[in-house]
Amino acid sequence: MNVYAIRAIYINELSRTWRTLYQSIASPVISTALYFVVFGSAIGSRMQAIDGVSYGAFIVPGLILLTVLTESVSNASFGIYLPRFLGTIYELLSAPISAVEVVIGFVGAAATKSVILGLIIFTTARLFVPFEVVHPVLAFLYLVLLSMTFALFGFILGLWADGFEKLNLIPMMVISPLTFLGGTFYSIDMLPGVWRQIALFNPIVYLIEGFRWTFYDIATLAPLISLGLTVAMLAACFAVVVWIFRTGYRLRN
Amino acid sequence: MTNILAIERLTKTYDNGFVALKGVDLAIAQGEIFALLGPNGAGKTTLIGIVCGLVRATSGKVTVDGCDIAADYRRARQKIGLVPQELATNQFETVLEAVRFSRGLFGKAPDPVHFERVLRDLSLWDKKDQRIGALSGGMKRRVLIAKALAHEPQILFLDEPTAGVDVELRRDMWEMVRRLREKGVTVILTTHYLEEAEDMADRVGVINQGELILVEEKHALMRRMGQIRVTIGLAQKLEAPPEGLSDLPLDLSADGTTLSFTQKGEDCDDRLGALLKTLVARGIEFRSVNSERSSLEDIFIDLVGRRR
Ligand SMILES: Nc1ncnc2c1ncn2[C@@H]1O[C@H](COP(=O)(O)OP(=O)(O)OP(=O)(O)O)[C@@H](O)[C@H]1O
Ligand SMILES: [Mg+2]
Repeated sequence: MNVYAIRAIYINELSRTWRTLYQSIASPVISTALYFVVFGSAIGSRMQAIDGVSYGAFIVPGLILLTVLTESVSNASFGIYLPRFLGTIYELLSAPISAVEVVIGFVGAAATKSVILGLIIFTTARLFVPFEVVHPVLAFLYLVLLSMTFALFGFILGLWADGFEKLNLIPMMVISPLTFLGGTFYSIDMLPGVWRQIALFNPIVYLIEGFRWTFYDIATLAPLISLGLTVAMLAACFAVVVWIFRTGYRLRN
Repeated sequence: MTNILAIERLTKTYDNGFVALKGVDLAIAQGEIFALLGPNGAGKTTLIGIVCGLVRATSGKVTVDGCDIAADYRRARQKIGLVPQELATNQFETVLEAVRFSRGLFGKAPDPVHFERVLRDLSLWDKKDQRIGALSGGMKRRVLIAKALAHEPQILFLDEPTAGVDVELRRDMWEMVRRLREKGVTVILTTHYLEEAEDMADRVGVINQGELILVEEKHALMRRMGQIRVTIGLAQKLEAPPEGLSDLPLDLSADGTTLSFTQKGEDCDDRLGALLKTLVARGIEFRSVNSERSSLEDIFIDLVGRRR
């Protein structure tokens, strides 16, 4: 294991975040605050509680994931796309490092940033609405797992993309809408029959349900299904990454 | 001497079917300075890319200090430093950050003493905290060299290190190459400036259209392939070339005032001596003697041109 290399990549990636601190942290915090002003306080006060949880508190886990999932994807994808774009990837390819080490460095850094963001949003939310977390340790671990999974997905995206537009395409056109429709603002039980069936095809529904369960111990779907799905996604992404490095796809000609 | 780099029957066919290397064999001794010459598109960067892990070989075998570049890639790559042909830098990093990152990637703990030495050698020390984006092109190239040396490699590849570089930096760079050689580092470089290869290299390889057409010790190459052109300015006009020197292809200029000949091979100096003696013996006075040795460049153009 080339630990120095992992550390070098990890620190390098986090210092990139540091250089763009305002964009990286301020914008998700501001947008989350706006959500709370609109949905939490203004509209939320007129909504009835869902499964005994006030509406303002109900949307907290989904809102955290809304940012964490998209940020994980865009961070990791940008992290590996940038050296490809700049040509500095030559250094990674010529270094004595394995695929796994590269992935740990990039994905680890992207996930770290997402988790920190998640905690910041959590704290911000706490300023607007009172709530208690039933399973704090599980909530944290699940947040880490989700961040890693989506960062890994982002890493694949960054290897696949051949332009900056494609980098933004997936987080904006896929992850964000699916999270929005994935039960951030409502329980899928509130959807009329056929829409509920359709919603069940959205994988993010399960993730938000699972994450909300760690917060309030309420779930319309079994939390274990959420966990299983997350682990399956993680494994699938990992397999794709290993394949990419084996074949040199988009990396070595 | 042991071979630090051994390349055997190396071929590369790109995905589009283009054959960039057609079975290259090459052995480089430890501590050698080797210049790889060849026209644009000859396959120099491809060859270096394969050794450094950027390009996959189609077939063939490469070992670095006995380590196979595929099976034992960790140990092989740790011994190699690469300065690529293209200037690829992260504009937002500082110089020192970039160098520290490189060393880390190659699996070594940060070594501030080494960083300082390398940066001072390349006149970058006072710029160590500047963002790379704020440096000039020549300075960026120095940063790339510093990055390549950050992990103390045994072999340094310089892919056209002096393209677009001013005289001073070029001189600094060769100074650095000499120092590296003193430490036993092997340097393999490609260049289009043949006088550089002439000045620096121990051996020269010429690659053309994916084939290594020649590898030879530089002096031997110049002796074998080089030619000398001698021009003698005469004090008095001659009507015809002096006789009795028929083994030399002497030319007399139209106005009868200069004699010249062009000679290939090693013994041209002896021949010139003999000619001058003869002229003196015959009472033919001369005012000037001028000899021009062909450069590696002439040899190179000759070699590649003949293959076309
Ligand atoms: N990715 C690629 N796909 C297809 N062909 C390629 C690729 N990379 C290089 N080539 C071709 O392979 C040949 C050798 O290229 P290479 O870069 O090794 O040449 P070079 O000797 O370094 O030239 P130069 O002096 O211009 O740097 C060229 O004809 C080039 O067009
Ligand atoms: Mg080249």
